[in-house]
Amino acid sequence: MERPELKIRIRDLSVQYADGTESLHEISLDIYANQINVLFGPAGGGKSTLLRTLNRLNDLADVKKQNGDVLLDGEDILSPDYDVIQLRRRLGIVFARPVPLPMTIYDNVIYGLRLAGIKDKAQLDATVERALRQAILWDEVADRLGDSGYDLSGGQQQRLCLARSLALRPEVIMLDEPTSGLDPISTFKVEQTLRELKSEYTIIMVPHSVQQAARIADWAAFFLQGELIEWNTGSRIFTNPQNSRTEDYITGRFG
Amino acid sequence: MKLPRQVSQRIAFGFITLAAVVVVLPILYIIGYVVVQGAGAVTWTFLLEMPRDGMKAGGLLPAILGTLLLTVGTALIAVPIGVGGAIYLSEYAKENAGTQAIRVAIINLAGIPSVVYGLFGLGLFVIFLNFGTSILAGSLTLGIMTLPVIISTAEEALRAVPQSFRLVSTSLGGTRWQTVQRVVLPQALPGVITGIILGIERAAGETAPILFTAVAFFLPQLPSSVFDQTMALPYHLYVISTQVPGMPIRIQYGTALVLLLFILSMNLLATLIRRHYRKQRVW
Repeated sequence: MERPELKIRIRDLSVQYADGTESLHEISLDIYANQINVLFGPAGGGKSTLLRTLNRLNDLADVKKQNGDVLLDGEDILSPDYDVIQLRRRLGIVFARPVPLPMTIYDNVIYGLRLAGIKDKAQLDATVERALRQAILWDEVADRLGDSGYDLSGGQQQRLCLARSLALRPEVIMLDEPTSGLDPISTFKVEQTLRELKSEYTIIMVPHSVQQAARIADWAAFFLQGELIEWNTGSRIFTNPQNSRTEDYITGRFG
Repeated sequence: MKLPRQVSQRIAFGFITLAAVVVVLPILYIIGYVVVQGAGAVTWTFLLEMPRDGMKAGGLLPAILGTLLLTVGTALIAVPIGVGGAIYLSEYAKENAGTQAIRVAIINLAGIPSVVYGLFGLGLFVIFLNFGTSILAGSLTLGIMTLPVIISTAEEALRAVPQSFRLVSTSLGGTRWQTVQRVVLPQALPGVITGIILGIERAAGETAPILFTAVAFFLPQLPSSVFDQTMALPYHLYVISTQVPGMPIRIQYGTALVLLLFILSMNLLATLIRRHYRKQRVW
């Protein structure tokens, strides 16, 4: 079978936090460009840890031990002198609970650009419209960009957070259970958005359910207690899992 | 013997009410007494003129101005260092033995009697650094005394800002400093400002720290530089209450009233700022 273009290569990655919580054990996984790469499994499996390792947000946490390699377009991003600020602009992340910053919708979207020192009003305006359109939020907020991000509903806030990431034109968008707090209609909108976005971006997503994983995955990796159990195309893993634990989880025998 | 629940409830409630009254009454009494005794003395002349006739007539201008200058000087020294220290402790410092030592030092600094600060200021600023008895030496002494209050309230306000804001800002390519500057500090500002005002207001009413470092019994003219001595309200009140025979009661209480108003208005300002911002808070 023909494989899509490789974006991130993860080899023998282990991460352990100082307090002994959720960690990763010798993970080897490829992330493909312009695909929806799903990381799924029960809570505490290491999915969020992996996301936070990929854009080095783990630098903020108390990590006891980290080894292995993560190559983004062939560059070693875990190297201590890698430019993490640049890295985080290339790998955007959206968290489970939407966190608008305490400012207007407009200022939320361009927050990342302002940090990068971009001041040109026309460019900022254009970015706001593009990012909000890509996140399918523009029509709902176009006439009230000056309102607080907190005036939006939960589903709108989550799309605002997505737009805020998209504003930086990242190469990879990582979403950590982006629909866990949303109603089915908002969830459908977010999933729809992701399917449209994959032509331009590489998407890594932690779904909030097996059903969502099966709906949306081009590639899927099953994580259990810090280990990568199985990894394959979505259609294979959800119809013909090779490992019995994967099968048990997918069929609902545990989880 | 067991009392019926209703009765024990009433008794407990009675005690609490009594405690509240015991706290509030003396404050109201003191303020009321000072107002009644001193209000007659407070006129424009009293506020805006130099003292005359051995301070038994005329006004408080040099003392009011002196306290204002010392307050501003205290703020200039304590605010940048205090807020900077709080930002360091809350946003940058790793939790280790060194940081713990700093925290313990701050707590201890807050407990040192103000007269000890006065002696410290005398030794370091007045004599060793040769600033003389001056507004500068007094401001530095008051500033150092105010630091622990500002650092601990500001740090608390910074820590209250949700961690998720920092995570989001970092994930969008923000440096630690950008995150502090654009999100954390603005959100913590009401708490920080409240702490600053409460700290400085305490400094404004202090006598002991400026006793050896800044004030004079009486000065015929206003200070013209930070190296000059000054008069100040709290010390002036002490002087006219104990050191000048035949001082009219009216003037003593008038001076106390002016000092009270100065400090109460700062308190009020702090309350208003806190209220104003709390309404806008989203977290």
